[in-house]
Amino acid sequence: MTPHEIIPKKTYFVIWIVLLILTVTTALVAYVDLGVFNIYVALTIAILKSLLVILFFMHVKQSSNLMKVVVAAGFFWFGIMLTLTLTDYLSRYWLPVD
Amino acid sequence: MSEATALKHQFDDLEQQKESSTMGMWIFLATEIMFFGGMFTAYTMYRYLYPEAFGEASRHMNVLVGTINTAVLICSSLTMALGVRAAQLGEKRMVTRLLLATMFLGLVFLALKGYEYHEHWVDQMAPGFNYAMVGQHPREIELLFCFYFIMTGMHALHMVIGECLLTHLVIQNHRGDFSAGYYSPVDVVGLYWHFVDLVWIFLFPLLYLIGQHVEK
Repeated sequence: MTPHEIIPKKTYFVIWIVLLILTVTTALVAYVDLGVFNIYVALTIAILKSLLVILFFMHVKQSSNLMKVVVAAGFFWFGIMLTLTLTDYLSRYWLPVD
Repeated sequence: MSEATALKHQFDDLEQQKESSTMGMWIFLATEIMFFGGMFTAYTMYRYLYPEAFGEASRHMNVLVGTINTAVLICSSLTMALGVRAAQLGEKRMVTRLLLATMFLGLVFLALKGYEYHEHWVDQMAPGFNYAMVGQHPREIELLFCFYFIMTGMHALHMVIGECLLTHLVIQNHRGDFSAGYYSPVDVVGLYWHFVDLVWIFLFPLLYLIGQHVEK
């Protein structure tokens, strides 16, 4: 491995601080009544945090395109499972039952 | 281990060997996404069906301990990432120190999780054992507690496996198996550890925070 591929310590510490700030933010925002939007804010922060972990701590940002496709495929399959399941459950009561 | 012996004969060079092991780990992690994904999908469905009950159940969680635990896991991810970095640079003693720090933070997480489980047990919230909650939605809340114990339990099991893997790494590192040219085991265990952190990043808001904004 060539030295230029090694991420500087500072990057890891910055990501760490941002992750901690987001953790405190999500815990505090949870007590503010935003109605139905609480869950969306919580999930947005969680997705943001996971992106930081995946891209920097797990080195996906600097990995090859092939690796990025493999990583994305894992989450894409989960997306298929979630979407197809929810198309059933969310739409079940749309039409009146005789 | 010298670089010549670290390179297995089926690979052209160490770079290709490293790429292969990292990709193998990500394919394993894809199966892990599906494993936890099934539980998250089931959770999403039932949360859609019983939103008030799931919100009420989240108010029985210890948010302070949950937040501290999230922070502890994030810190352990930092020490793990720095450990992989030290391995990339071939800093043997630093690798040992950072891996031990990661293991320690993992144990703190498990201890706090055990404390929470104990609290739920005392409050009679363990479905199938001593669940005795009354109120508007006792059965639906029991369902959420099933999700809670199965999901956090599976997560904790992954943490325990991670602790075993880290112990093995510390021994390997002490033996001098790794060098700046060969550190793939540290790298892939790092990926595993960060993945377990990722699962918790989603479990925390979904189990602890979803109903906190509603007045008790």
